[in-house]
Amino acid sequence: MRKVYVKEEACIGCGLCQVYCQAEHSQSKDIVKAFKRETPRPLPRIHVERKGEVCFAVQCRQCAEPWCVYSCLTGAMRRDPITGIVTVDDDKCIGCWTCILACPYGALVRDESRKLVSKCDSCPEHEVPVCIANCPNEALALSTDGENGKARS
Amino acid sequence: MTKIEKVKYLIIGNSAGGIGAVEAIREIDKTGSIKIISNEPYPTYSRPLISKYLASKCSLESMLFRPPDFYEKNNIHTYLGKTVKRMDTDGHTVELEEGKTIVWRKLLLATGGLPIVPQIKNINQRGVFTFITLDDAKAIDGSLENADKAIVIGGGLIGISAAEALVKRGIKVTIVEMKERILNTILDEQASAMAEEALRQAEVEVITGHTVDKVTGERKTKGVRLDDGKEIPCSLIVVAIGVVPRIELAEGTEIKINRGIVVDHNMATSYPDVYSCGDAAEAYDFIYGTNRLTPIWPNAYIGGRTAGYNMAGMKAKYPGGTAMNALNYFGLDIATAGVVAPPDENGYEVLARQNDGIYKKVILKDDSVVGMVFVGDIEKSGIVFGLMRDRVKVSGFKQELVADDFGLVSLPRDLWQERLEH
Repeated sequence: MRKVYVKEEACIGCGLCQVYCQAEHSQSKDIVKAFKRETPRPLPRIHVERKGEVCFAVQCRQCAEPWCVYSCLTGAMRRDPITGIVTVDDDKCIGCWTCILACPYGALVRDESRKLVSKCDSCPEHEVPVCIANCPNEALALSTDGENGKARS
Repeated sequence: MTKIEKVKYLIIGNSAGGIGAVEAIREIDKTGSIKIISNEPYPTYSRPLISKYLASKCSLESMLFRPPDFYEKNNIHTYLGKTVKRMDTDGHTVELEEGKTIVWRKLLLATGGLPIVPQIKNINQRGVFTFITLDDAKAIDGSLENADKAIVIGGGLIGISAAEALVKRGIKVTIVEMKERILNTILDEQASAMAEEALRQAEVEVITGHTVDKVTGERKTKGVRLDDGKEIPCSLIVVAIGVVPRIELAEGTEIKINRGIVVDHNMATSYPDVYSCGDAAEAYDFIYGTNRLTPIWPNAYIGGRTAGYNMAGMKAKYPGGTAMNALNYFGLDIATAGVVAPPDENGYEVLARQNDGIYKKVILKDDSVVGMVFVGDIEKSGIVFGLMRDRVKVSGFKQELVADDFGLVSLPRDLWQERLEH
């Protein structure tokens, strides 16, 4: 299963993963336009948490037993049985935020302008998710077999 | 002549619990025959979306909980719009009203809840509705043509969602709540006040501490009279007091019933091969440490899922559920779970923080989180609920839980590490 892991010891908290995630999920796919010209402004689905010297990026853990899917009131949140990727159907999401209360990682994002939930889709159009591709210190790594050993090298 | 059909898995109920069960069964058993019976004529739809239906008359298709080909793809036979007349646990049969008899090997009672309708004069007349099913929403919709004012009896979740939908339809709404504050079972005083303020901003009138004595008007509803004699005119009334488990099929059988159908950690009832879940069942609540009714959608699905695995022969344990609700009514985001207003006794510790329309409160007992209310800033509420579900001791970092910048990084290293490595 395709999942992004973060190496806290390598994360420098620069936030580039957020920037590229936001651009990737914009209309224009252009960083400057995504930040300055698009309305509603696209949202990053990864965020960097910082406290003192500790920092790391957090995004959907693509759980095998996803509380968000089990808790979804409308059927908008689904886990693909083949890829294991958890997706949200924008047409079905009503922004009730039950998934946000259910997610133990705080990985889901409220898209206030569209009143629906936003989450990591693992960049299905790219071989490697853009957060990983643009991390300057290789703090993010992809695991495809559900083992995080690779990421923690 | 009575027709007899045989089935391996019989599911009574076609909502969150029933669907959770069949999805789990199909993970384990791809071929065993499954039948679902529901007295509603629709494919599985999201009950919480009846508010959206009433507000905007959205299509049934947009309300479906699973894609239209769900039953076909999973090889599930449905009896929709059919009522079960009788159940015989010894004989492993149920009898449909139309005369058909179904013999089952494993049975799930996912029958849901029935709306509570108080004994008030004229409560059964035209113009008085409940608000649980799509048909309820359709009935209300059909009465709106010349309506201008509605009374909602009950200031709980169902009442607030009905009020919001009616407001969107241009109806003036008054909510009458018996207790001193709205949403009193899932919010504390402070959050109730915030919710009430959001309702008033939307020009919903809120009357608390009063009950409705009678519905005025004969045959056609003209209003209500409150317990203090005050009369309020209206053209329709929505009764939204709550639900009670729908247990009539289990009554008179050997299945143990308390307030709901009592189930164990496997969602099995006291009678072999019969399972239950959702609003009908009384299942384990991990905060209270005992079986309780927690009639909410996620618990129905998760309980149904557990039941399904066990019915298909895989041992699975219900993780337990507690009351948990996220709300987004009238523009106010709220996340709440567990014991929100601790009883007046020793042993509870309350941490709270409020500023600028943001309110965070966490209730601890024995160093574990037993309740939470987040208003406004709810994005990290799931982390706290996760600690609550996992019964994590939080004494070392409890102040962080209500901090403005709370996140995974606020937890001790071993806890965030474990979560990042998940």
